Order: sequence, then structure tokens, then C-alpha cells
Amino acid sequence: MHELGITRSIVEIAEENARRQGAQRVLSVTIEIGDLAGVIPDSVAFCYEVCCEGTLLAGSELLIRQVKGKGRCRDCGADIDLDTTTFNCSTCGSYALERLQGEELRVIEMEIE
Amino acid sequence: MCIDCGCGPAEASHHHHDHKHDHDGKTVKIEEDLLAKNNRLAGNNRQLFADKELFVLNLVSSPGSGKTSILERTLSDLKEEICFAVLEGDQQTANDADRIAATGVPALQINTGTGCHLDAHMVGHGVETFDLNATDLLMIENVGNLVCPASFDLGEDFKVAVLSVTEGEDKPLKYPQMFRAAKMMLINKIDLLPHLRFDVEKCKAFARQVNPEITILELSCHSGEGMEAWYTWLRQGVAGKKAAADSKGA
Repeated sequence: MHELGITRSIVEIAEENARRQGAQRVLSVTIEIGDLAGVIPDSVAFCYEVCCEGTLLAGSELLIRQVKGKGRCRDCGADIDLDTTTFNCSTCGSYALERLQGEELRVIEMEIE
Repeated sequence: MCIDCGCGPAEASHHHHDHKHDHDGKTVKIEEDLLAKNNRLAGNNRQLFADKELFVLNLVSSPGSGKTSILERTLSDLKEEICFAVLEGDQQTANDADRIAATGVPALQINTGTGCHLDAHMVGHGVETFDLNATDLLMIENVGNLVCPASFDLGEDFKVAVLSVTEGEDKPLKYPQMFRAAKMMLINKIDLLPHLRFDVEKCKAFARQVNPEITILELSCHSGEGMEAWYTWLRQGVAGKKAAADSKGA
């Protein structure tokens, strides 16, 4: 639902960096979205073209790296794979899970000319 | 094929590019968090609230759970004892701020327009209208939405999730992000329980599955049942914030 705002931030961050580099235009932007970040990659991709209009990013390509959710059980110490519907440890059943990876929401790099 | 966007049935999960097509450009590292700006502003708000010894709650729920009604009752009952200010977030209308202002407590309406949540920037400017030196407890009523407000830190001490018994008891499982982020869950409208098939114990168990640390109170802002426990928690929060500031200053 807030993907439009998130996508605007991607374009803002990339454009600001591109201007600083003196770029004429941005060819591609690479972002990272964790599976537990609460942001739907499809929706970001959907909003991207519209958000780029009239900016240095117009016509650029969006590359999305999805990051798998990973966590650790505070009770038995097991490392487990997490998705948004995992609430308890697959080994011991405990609900005390610590998230280690998967909440990423970052602009990684871009290609400019 | 979908007539709106042209996606076919085989593309139910769209293919995401994670490889570049052939460009001759120069690659520049950015490594910037997308929520960094909001988080920075939320940090500024949090510092301001600490300086002003202000206890701040961010009330979140689906529309119609009774956030504004809980606030009205709370303000009426406690306003002689605690100095409140209220920020009201809604897409449109000043109805909620008008309801709060009728209790005599300073209130400001923030309209987000098409936006689905309050962000730290709106809150930072919103509080400029209050005399924070004369305020103990700032209540921020977020836009009724169990999805997006979970991701946007406003600088609050705690999120309070309100769930009313006219909703499904499995809401915590359906919107785990929000219930994981909340310190407190208020189960509201319990005066209606005799007429409904809502299973309170099941609801509490679901909430603890997504957040083992969550505190849960059952109340009805209509009948007043359970409100005293909520008031005790608020008093403790206000006192705790002042004690933290005093120990820092000493």
C-alpha cells in the first residue's frame, strides 16, 4: 500500500546521487528488498516507471534483489528460514525468534552516463 | 490476460530482473536505506520528546476499532491529572480532531490525502503547534490501517494496537508486522462480547504467537470496563519518562 511512497524515495535517492555525480541520465537502479520488509516487489516495479517520469531516471531499468528471511531461535539456537507466516521455531516450536536477515530495504547501486 | 496491466496467468508472481541488460554506463554504489530519511527524522522527534520528558504513543488499528472513542474517554477521565496533546491522522476531514478538541485537549488534524500512514516528518511539524513544555503525554492516532504504519517510526515510545471484538480474532496473524511492532494491544468493545462469537483467549494466543512480549488489556470505552488498567499503564509511562529524564539530568 505504501509502495508508491517507497518507490518515490528510490527515485529521489538515485536522482540526488546522480546529480552529485554530474550524470546526464540514470540507466539502471539496483535495490534490495527483504522478504520480511513488508514491501511487495511487484508493486514497487509497477510504480517505478511512473515515478521516474520527468527525472534523470526516465526510461531506466529497475533491478530488484530479493533477500530471504533468516532468523535464530532464542531458546534452542537453531538457525531457521523465515517468511512472513513463520511464527515459531521449526526445530523446538518456540515463538521467541530473532530476525537476522530479510528486513532490508535499500538502494544498492545505479548505472549512470 | 489482465486488461489493466497486461500480466498473464503464468506471471502471477512477476519475474524480477536481478541482472543488468547491456548498458555502457558507469556503476555507482549508493547503499542507502529507503527508510533512512524517515528514520533520521523519527530520531530527531525521539530526542525532542526525551528533552521535553514527553511520553508518546502511536495508536494503530484498522478503521472503526474505536481509537478515537478510547481517546475521548481517556482524555475526559484523565485530563485533570495528565496534560495531553493529540495528533490525529486521517486521509480526509477534521472530524476526529474536532471530537478531541471538544474534550478541551489541544488537538491537531493531519490529513494525509492519498497517503496511507503518518510519517516522522508530518509528526515533527505537527507537534510545533503544541506547547510541549506543558505536555506530559502525546497521543498520535495513526491512519486506520494495519499495514503501512508498521513500517514508519514516528519517534514514539510505543505503538499501541487496538483490535475490537467486532473484528476477527485472527487479525494478529493476518497483520503480523503490526502486532509484532506493538508494545500493547487493547482489545476494545468487550461490552459487546455476549452478542458475538469472538474468542478472546484465542485472540490473545494469536497475538502472543507473533509477539511473545506484547502486553494485552481488555476494555470497553463505552461501558468503562477495563479502562482503569489502561490508565495505570499510561500513568506508569508518563512517570517513567520523567524519571528517565531526571536521572539523565542528575
